[in-house]
Parts: sequence; C-alpha cells; structure tokens
Amino acid sequence: MSRATSPLRNWSSSGGLRTITFGDDQPLHLSSGEKLSPMTIGYETYGELAPDKSNAVLVCHALTGDQFVAGANPVTGRAGWWPRIVGPGKPIDTNRFFVICANVLGGCMGTSGPASIHPDGRPWGLRFPVFTVADMVRAQAMLVEALGISELFCVIGGSIGGMQALQWAAAYPNRVFSCVPIATAARHSAQNIAFYEVGRQAIMADPEWREGDYLFHGVRPSKGLAVARMAAHITYLSEQALHRKFDRALQEREQVSFGFDADFQVESYLRHQGQSFVDRFDANSYLYITRAVDYFDLAGDFGGALARAFKDCPARFCAFAFSSDWHYPPEGMKDAVRALIAAGCEASYVEVESDKGHDAFLLEEPAFEHALAGFIDAAAQARGLVKGTTP
Amino acid sequence: MKSARADYEVISALVREGARVLDVGCGDGALLEKLIREKRVKGRGMELSQAGVNACVTKGLAVVQGDADRDLHFFPDRSFDYVILSKTIQAVHRPGEVLAELARIGDRVIVSLPNFGHWKTRMALMFSGRMPVNPSLPSSWHETGNIHLCTVRDFAELCAGLGLMIERGVPISGGHSGSPFAKVLWRANWFAEDVVFAVTATDVAVKPAAEVVKLRA
Repeated sequence: MSRATSPLRNWSSSGGLRTITFGDDQPLHLSSGEKLSPMTIGYETYGELAPDKSNAVLVCHALTGDQFVAGANPVTGRAGWWPRIVGPGKPIDTNRFFVICANVLGGCMGTSGPASIHPDGRPWGLRFPVFTVADMVRAQAMLVEALGISELFCVIGGSIGGMQALQWAAAYPNRVFSCVPIATAARHSAQNIAFYEVGRQAIMADPEWREGDYLFHGVRPSKGLAVARMAAHITYLSEQALHRKFDRALQEREQVSFGFDADFQVESYLRHQGQSFVDRFDANSYLYITRAVDYFDLAGDFGGALARAFKDCPARFCAFAFSSDWHYPPEGMKDAVRALIAAGCEASYVEVESDKGHDAFLLEEPAFEHALAGFIDAAAQARGLVKGTTP
Repeated sequence: MKSARADYEVISALVREGARVLDVGCGDGALLEKLIREKRVKGRGMELSQAGVNACVTKGLAVVQGDADRDLHFFPDRSFDYVILSKTIQAVHRPGEVLAELARIGDRVIVSLPNFGHWKTRMALMFSGRMPVNPSLPSSWHETGNIHLCTVRDFAELCAGLGLMIERGVPISGGHSGSPFAKVLWRANWFAEDVVFAVTATDVAVKPAAEVVKLRA
C-alpha cells in the first residue's frame, strides 16, 4: 500500500486561506446525531464590520463554489465568483457592508470535509459523517458567533446557497434581518436527486475512486468527477443558452470526423468544464455535498408544513427565480414564497425573465441586479445603515 | 385631487387605520405607499411588470411578481382585511374568477374601474360608431389592455352572481368623488366616469355589522 500522499494540496495549510477551528469543547452537532470535532471552517471577509456589528452580510456559496466571492482565490487563482453582486459600489457594497463567505461544510477549500486529515493522520474519506444543509448552516452560525456577530443584516445565496439562506431564516429567525434566496427551493426535487445520483454514480464507477479511499492511495477519480460535472453543468444552462452559444457548431473542423472526438463545440465545452473542475474539487466532497442537498426538505423538518418553518420570522425576504431555470424552476421558489406569506412574513418575489437558465444569477442580468440592489438598499435604510459609508 | 388617481383618495378613505391590505396590480407601489403613510396599514402587493416590481422592492415594499389571473393562490384565505384591485379588473382574463379569489383572500374587496356606461361613452359610441377613446380609456381598441370593460350595472350583476354584496360605491367624475351609493345604480351608471366599489362576501358582511353601517353612513 502506498503512503498517504494527498494529490490535492492540503488547502487548510495553504497560504492565504483564513480558517477557524472549533475544538473538542465545541463539537458540531449533526442532524444524524453524530458530532464532528475538531471542525475547521475556511472563510473570507470583505469590508469592515461596523462598531455595533450591524452591517454583516453572509453570502452562502453554491455546490462547487468557495469563500472567495469578491476576490481571487489565492489557491486556485480563480477570480471571485460573484463580482457583479459583491464589491465596492455593487448591490452588496463592501464599502457599506461587512461580507462573510464561508466554505461550506464538507467542502475542500479549508473547511472540514472528507479530504481533510482525520486526527489519526489519514484523510477522512468516507469516514466523514454524512451531514445536511441544516448542519452546513449550524457550522456557519458557529463562525458568525465566533466573529462576535449576534444578528446578520442579510443572508443571501443562490442555488444551494439559497437553501442555506432559507435554512438560516428557519433555524435562526431572530438572527437574520433580511434573507435573499435566489434560484432555489425549499426542497430538492426528484429530478434534481436523479441528476445528482448520476454524478455520484459516475464518481463511484471510476476505478480510481477506490471505495472512497483514493487520497490514501495517492490517486484521484478524475474521469468520474469530470463526468459528474459535465452532467450537472447541463442543468445549469437553458436550452436557449446552449443553442445561442453553440447550436451545432463544429469544434475547429469543417466536417464531422466519423469518430468520437469532440466534433461539436458543445462537447468540447463540456469536456473543458469537466477537466477544469477536477483540478479544483474533491470527488468525495462532491458526494457528500450533493447528498446533503438531496436530503433538503425544509417542510419535512416542520411536520410537513413549510409555513411552520417560517412562523414568526421577523426577517424581510426577497426571493428571486429565473424564468428559464429548469434546475430550480420558478414554481419551487413560488412554493417557498407562498409558505412565507402564509407564515405572515414580509416577503417579496421577483421572477426575472431570462433565457440564461440556472446560472443567470451569476451572469449579467440587469433586472435582477437592479431589483437586488433596490431591496438591499431599502433593507439597509430600514436597519439604519448609512449608504456608501465605510464604517 | 388629481383626476388620474382620484380613486386613490377614495380608496384611502375606505381603508381602516392599521389594516392588512393587499394591492393586486400595485404598479410602482404608489397606492401602497400612500396607505402606509396615511393609514399605517400593513401593506403587501402583487404586480406583473418587472419595472413595477423593481420599483416596489426599491421602496422597501413587499410585493410578489405575479399575474392576477394565475397567481392569487400565493395568498391564504382571509389573510387580509382589504384586497384592492384598482383599475385592473378590466384588464384581467377572467374577472369573475379573479373577483371570487379576492373575496376569498380578503374580508373586503375594493375595486375601482372605468365605467363604460358613462353617458359620454354611450354618446361617443352612438354618434361616432367607433370604440370610445377618452381620458379614462385612452387607448384605441386594438392597443388597449382593457379586454373586459364593463358598466356599473354589469359589475353589480357580477357581484350578485358571485354572492358578493356591494357595501358602497363611490362615483368619480372630473377627478372629484361624489356621494356614495350602495343600491341605486342608475345615476352612477350614467354619470360616473370611474367608480370605486367596496364589496364583501355576504357571510362576512353579517359578522362585522357595525362597520358595514359605518361604511354606508
């Protein structure tokens, strides 16, 4: 058996990653009943916390995102993933707000996950406990508390980041002033579970997965992970977007090759998406996080009535959906908004006409950006936060 | 009072202080803002247009983007004291179903509408032989979103058919509101350019009798 050499860099000890570790005295209590300890959270902050700590915004990232929402990731070199929304003068203005973004539980960018090293010196691998979206949020709450913040001005996120935002409002109604779930739902649909299962099976079918023990063996299930990413990536785009971007255009050739090369640009694009993904993401993290999302059914935690999840939540909500998003269609978001209204919450719902599919929230979508900026600004005024002032 | 939104003044006068109000087709939220300012209502809105919704959330109003014909299921039974439909009923696809939905959601429904039975409209149609165009109905027939225009009598008949009682009607002409009416319709049907109705499901009307009396006074 080969020595335990991790082909992934040990992110936690990489320069430029801020982490906080909760020791044995502060275990993370998981939905499964297990406890995780010690637990490390990798996180990043932007802007300055006001003296009264009233201006904190928690941004929750999506499935394969990281904490570098507004600036380059020092480990991967990739640019911040939400530059249109978070930054100086942006809808979430870092001159006005203190922005926190944490790598999600089970992730591979500084937060404890299956690629982290177990106290016994070997990678956790499949010994890492299965966790839920509620557990991700519980971990974030520990971070926020450790930063000395008792109430977040806003919790915002798209896709599974939006699930976390909804979970925050349900779990900590009095610690959230405003909540912005985007392109998400209060429950994972059968179709989405199905797509995630395809991805997981692709990973587990790769011989190099080695029953989850690949890090110990010094190999990686890159082919399986790439296929998982390719399948998932299709769900992030709309048919119109694929048509507009690629249609049936051929990749650097005049005619088809009568072979299984990437003849079409769309094939080449997906292969590139898959390939660039495996360089930055851990396959077991992908299994665990998709599993957590499969388990997400907020109503289920509240006796089947979603409205009960939000009962007496004083936060103001603004939910966004995109018309061509078939990964998290507007109907799912509307169900959540209906529950918010039934619970008596102050809820707005904005359905943006877009042909960009699920990824619209990451792309240029002026109506979305305008409405989001308007909502954030109105909420900030209600919270008494002065515009454009660096605290 | 400005003639354009004289119905807002009438609606505001009909709404009780501190009530829960839903404005369906709330546009840029001007009426909601007025009601929050003047009557300290707990206001909510529904609006179809992106521009309207964006304007509302920028003002800090809680609105859902939706269509009165399809999306009123957002709101539970009896979740509002008043549901307002201002100059919108003539633009929906199924006015009867929409009105029934509004009566399900709110204890009282306030509807303002342009009266197609106004004498000038009748005369215009009679003498020109064309669909009337006037300040209340500014677009020509092929461009208008007003696909279900009605008269005061038509609306009263719709209410009766749905088991809804008209508690009060306020005629508006030349930007000024006239004396309220509840049962005598002919005068309003001839002379009101716009009318604001307060209607309620008959079973609801029985309960808070005191307020009905006050409204009719």
